[in-house]
Amino acid sequence: MELLFSLVVGVLTASGIYLLLRGRTFPVIVGLTLLSYAVNLFLFSTGGLNTDAAAVIGESLTPTDPLPQALVLTAIVIGFAMTAFVVILAIRARSELGSDHVDGQQGEAGDGR
Amino acid sequence: MSQHLLVLPILVPLIGALALLLTGKVGHAAQRRMGVALTALLVVISAGLLARAGSGELTFYALGNWQAPFGIVLMLDRLSALMLTLTAVLALGCVLFACAGDDARGSNFHGLFQLQLMGLNGAFLTGDLFNLFVFFEILLLASYALLMHGGGKARVGAGLHYVILNLAGSALFLVALGVLYGATGTLNMADMARRLATMSGDETALVTAGALLLIVVFSLKAALLPLYFWLPRTYSAALAPVAALFAIMTKVGLYAILRVQSLIFADSPVAEPVAAWLWWSGLATIALAGIGVLAARDLRPLIAYLVLVSVGTLLAATALATPQANTALLYYLLHTTLICGALYLIAELIGQQRGKAGTRLVRARRLHQRFLLGGFFLVAAVAVSGLPPLAGALGKLLLLQAAEGAARLWLWPLLLLAGLSALIAMSRAGSVFFWASYKGEVAAGRVSRAQLAGVIWLLASAPLLVGFGGPVSDYTRATAEQLADPGAKIAQLFGDESLPHMARFQSLEETRR
Repeated sequence: MELLFSLVVGVLTASGIYLLLRGRTFPVIVGLTLLSYAVNLFLFSTGGLNTDAAAVIGESLTPTDPLPQALVLTAIVIGFAMTAFVVILAIRARSELGSDHVDGQQGEAGDGR
Repeated sequence: MSQHLLVLPILVPLIGALALLLTGKVGHAAQRRMGVALTALLVVISAGLLARAGSGELTFYALGNWQAPFGIVLMLDRLSALMLTLTAVLALGCVLFACAGDDARGSNFHGLFQLQLMGLNGAFLTGDLFNLFVFFEILLLASYALLMHGGGKARVGAGLHYVILNLAGSALFLVALGVLYGATGTLNMADMARRLATMSGDETALVTAGALLLIVVFSLKAALLPLYFWLPRTYSAALAPVAALFAIMTKVGLYAILRVQSLIFADSPVAEPVAAWLWWSGLATIALAGIGVLAARDLRPLIAYLVLVSVGTLLAATALATPQANTALLYYLLHTTLICGALYLIAELIGQQRGKAGTRLVRARRLHQRFLLGGFFLVAAVAVSGLPPLAGALGKLLLLQAAEGAARLWLWPLLLLAGLSALIAMSRAGSVFFWASYKGEVAAGRVSRAQLAGVIWLLASAPLLVGFGGPVSDYTRATAEQLADPGAKIAQLFGDESLPHMARFQSLEETRR
């Protein structure tokens, strides 16, 4: 399970960073979203990976750490609000700057991707 | 009641912001009165907290009465009280200035301003790393909206970069927190320090990785060398009172670095590599920002580079990690934050009397109130380039004295050269603005009473910090001594009780075997 988990986090992070470095606002936002998924998964794993372990004392013999779950919840809420904000900002930038390029202009032909 | 005083710097702006947002339609006059009154109240509260912390007393406030390390604690020591007071004083100048009309250029200026103050105050007070993340997000979200206040191409373009960069920074912050939590099993700063002290060699490798990630995030906020390229454009695009308030934003990163370095990582092997990184990047920041100051073609980016020079100076001083260096850097911090804030306000005043030329360093029409603005500019220029008799000189002198041995060889020439380039750039800007002008004046843009009050409030810090140099440097010295003794905080928060569930991972692994 550890291998699968770390692979998923790694692939999500790599895709997120790749998209984050693109030139248009939409891939950048998708990249940020993927990155925040990766981070949330990572945070979730910081309490140790267990199966059959509820985060409630008394439900199982070896309860898992409840704190990472609380942290992930906070991170999800904040990440969601931020993503909503950056989407609106990107739309605003598209209309104000006349382009969806992150620098607000196309640059040389062909390198605008 | 008095024990609840500690939570007021967070609650007052929060409730004030909600009230201001809900009453957004009542008109500018009422909103302005409320905004100024709330900020003035914050100055009073911070002064009270400063007096309390000044006696050397450490105060903890367990939110919801959940005891540390399980709940979140707020922590008031001399450093946080100093930062709270600095924020409130700077904010009062900015909000006074904004009342002259900048707040009417968009909606909800005062509500957002109070939210920003809430985030700043929370970040300065909290004793919990994850809570620090939450307050960072609050202050960032408010700053995104404040940066865009007034709209326009330049602001939206700069805002997009700023927002995306900080979102990536937040992701990195969470990764760092995850690593640190996984390695130590706690997020409370004092508790983490206590646990690090009992860790053996190979366990600290993971903590070092987490700590370095954390420092990267704080360096992004503080705008240290490879991560500062966002700052000049962002600060130049913002409205003057917002840019002036942002002068404290880089200092939040610096505060966070100072806090984790002095409290959490003080006695652990983690502090060494962090200090080495901070030292060289700080020096490189001074060097490049010094060149940037000379190369700027507009007064606003010029001030942004001056902010960067101060950031580099402060962070290089943090790396020295001696009580003398901390004494000097805190004194310099007070001075540089208030003066850079004042400079942004003065730049706005100059720009509004030069018509189309704005703050660009080109010949333009003569300024209408050239003696008033020239006087302001002279005081600010002397202060920011560190010439006697104002506080900049005193701060730099203290810093130069604090560097010892090989550190001197690097810090002295860089700091003095950066001061020289600030002097050259400011004299050039001053000659262009006040001497190289055409005949005829732009009729519009007289300085209003509110703007005057804001500028004078901030600018007065330069002579006052010299006049009260003795008490202020005594306070920063006491702060540095308190920072050098993290054990006192840990002892007061936890007493001598032993670690409740140490070695969480070891026991887990044993059960698995």
